[in-house]
Amino acid sequence: MGYHYELRFGGVGGQGSLTAGTILAHAAVFHTNYYATQAPTYTSQVRGGAAKADVIISDKPIAFSETTHVDFFLATHQKAYDAYKGDVAEGSYVLVDPGLIKVADEDRKRWKIYEYPLVNVAKHEIGNVVTMNVIAVGVCVGLTHVLDAEAVRDAIKDDVPPAFLDLNMKAYNLGLEVGEKFRKEAEAKK
Amino acid sequence: MGRVEFLNANAAIAEAALIAGCGFYAGYPITPSSEIPERLSRIMPEKGVPFIMLEDEIASINACVGAAASGVKAMTASSGPGISLKQEAFGEACIMEVPIVVVNAMRGGPSTGLPTRPSQADIMQAKWGTHGDHPVIALAPCNAQEVVFETIRAFNLAEKFRQPVYLLIDGLLTHLHAKVYLPDPEEVEIIDRDQPTVEPEEYYPFDYNYEIPPLAKWWTEDGKSYRFHISSLNHDKTGFPTVVPKYVQWQEKRLQNKILNHIDEIEKFEYYKMDDADVCIVAYGSTAESARVAVDEAREEGLKVGMFRPITIWPLAEKQLKELGDRVKSIIVAELNLGQYLLEVERVIAGKIPIYSVLQAAGVPIRPNQILEKVKNPEKDVEICLSDEEVKSFGGGE
Repeated sequence: MGYHYELRFGGVGGQGSLTAGTILAHAAVFHTNYYATQAPTYTSQVRGGAAKADVIISDKPIAFSETTHVDFFLATHQKAYDAYKGDVAEGSYVLVDPGLIKVADEDRKRWKIYEYPLVNVAKHEIGNVVTMNVIAVGVCVGLTHVLDAEAVRDAIKDDVPPAFLDLNMKAYNLGLEVGEKFRKEAEAKK
Repeated sequence: MGRVEFLNANAAIAEAALIAGCGFYAGYPITPSSEIPERLSRIMPEKGVPFIMLEDEIASINACVGAAASGVKAMTASSGPGISLKQEAFGEACIMEVPIVVVNAMRGGPSTGLPTRPSQADIMQAKWGTHGDHPVIALAPCNAQEVVFETIRAFNLAEKFRQPVYLLIDGLLTHLHAKVYLPDPEEVEIIDRDQPTVEPEEYYPFDYNYEIPPLAKWWTEDGKSYRFHISSLNHDKTGFPTVVPKYVQWQEKRLQNKILNHIDEIEKFEYYKMDDADVCIVAYGSTAESARVAVDEAREEGLKVGMFRPITIWPLAEKQLKELGDRVKSIIVAELNLGQYLLEVERVIAGKIPIYSVLQAAGVPIRPNQILEKVKNPEKDVEICLSDEEVKSFGGGE
């Protein structure tokens, strides 16, 4: 088995879950030379309906594009957490904002749960709540090393409007640092 | 050299239509096909190609029929209820033999159904949605890259056979972002409709001397004007209405035969790991990608399973399906509806070998493990794979 990694970004419409997924898939395809797909699901509600983006990154062509053994799951709304956690594989990484999501005790036994106040940090440290998804991308990359951090940085440069690039870079760098810290703590525990 | 982009399949269709030489688009946005007009509305005006967002679905397809009859390649796209509204004009294009491409991003139903969810429930509608005896060409690509080539082929078949062509896709595929190669027009076969070799005064749009009479452009580069009449009533060679039984029957039979006599040119299909297969999964469109994973997983467990994937849905791959009956011990049809292509497989196999099915009309894709489960326990019904928490989270109003 070669390289195959499945990620799911779940939230509600308007939070940027789909964009987060696109950035990673973009980084895989254009800055890493992997195959990648991003398959979104959403409801008719533009804002407020549960939405997710399934991302598969692989060294082989991808056939079925929905993730069924999720290795990393981001949830930024309780509705999305409940609806989309079913496919998260045992022992996988789950990143949530504790201000938005209540994680059940049995879930803590199933997955490596990481809690980080994405909304508050986006609002108060970065200065714009819309950067929440890019912080999450940073945490994801730092924590999982799914892709090279620079490749993802390049993808953000491709995908984000120039006027918002600095803000998003700040968000990504901060997220990356947090992710690396989580990773080191986990390794230290071993 | 073409170019590589990271696109969703809707955007890929839009780009492919332009590669094929699409010279007119009219439509009304509807999920899950909206990214097609969204993208074309940006690109087409820049190239000086007409793009019209019309007041509704019916006006859109009628505008396409008119544009295509005058000499350009035309496309419209829609979904579910929009495709239902377009049926009358689709029939008009059939009888007037006007080449258009109609993209149907299937979304379930009946009626408004599930706007954002995938379905494959319009297979029979593609064939019989409009009334009367008529042949249909319908293509069902399975991934974003194939979408590009099948869109181009849809235009080519339309032009070659003077025939409206459906491109059948679904919400899983239309919204799927993937790496897509967009070829230059010089790299692919592009077919333009035959033009008359006679002078305008000797030209008949439904000339009895042809199996597929040339459809003249209303203008030519050397300034000739081929003005002619076409009617959605049964018509004679001049395009004016007729009730003369001989001419009516001739027209009706020719409409069928221009497709039936060229089945081998229109059929396209894939055999996947079928060489030594005992069980054949029959699947098309996005469901075939799920079946492909199921075949791989079954093979890892030592089960002799393969897949037959029709890419041309209509006309039916009757010869190939019949051969499956001699080749394998059983067939499993997997489709995102409650049994449409299945009916045709059952008709062709006619009881020779057992046929099982994985049928789902729940707004979620069929997953590989559901198909694999059916391979292992063919007599057992396959459940929709949603956990209890998931079902609960959908609540009542979503």
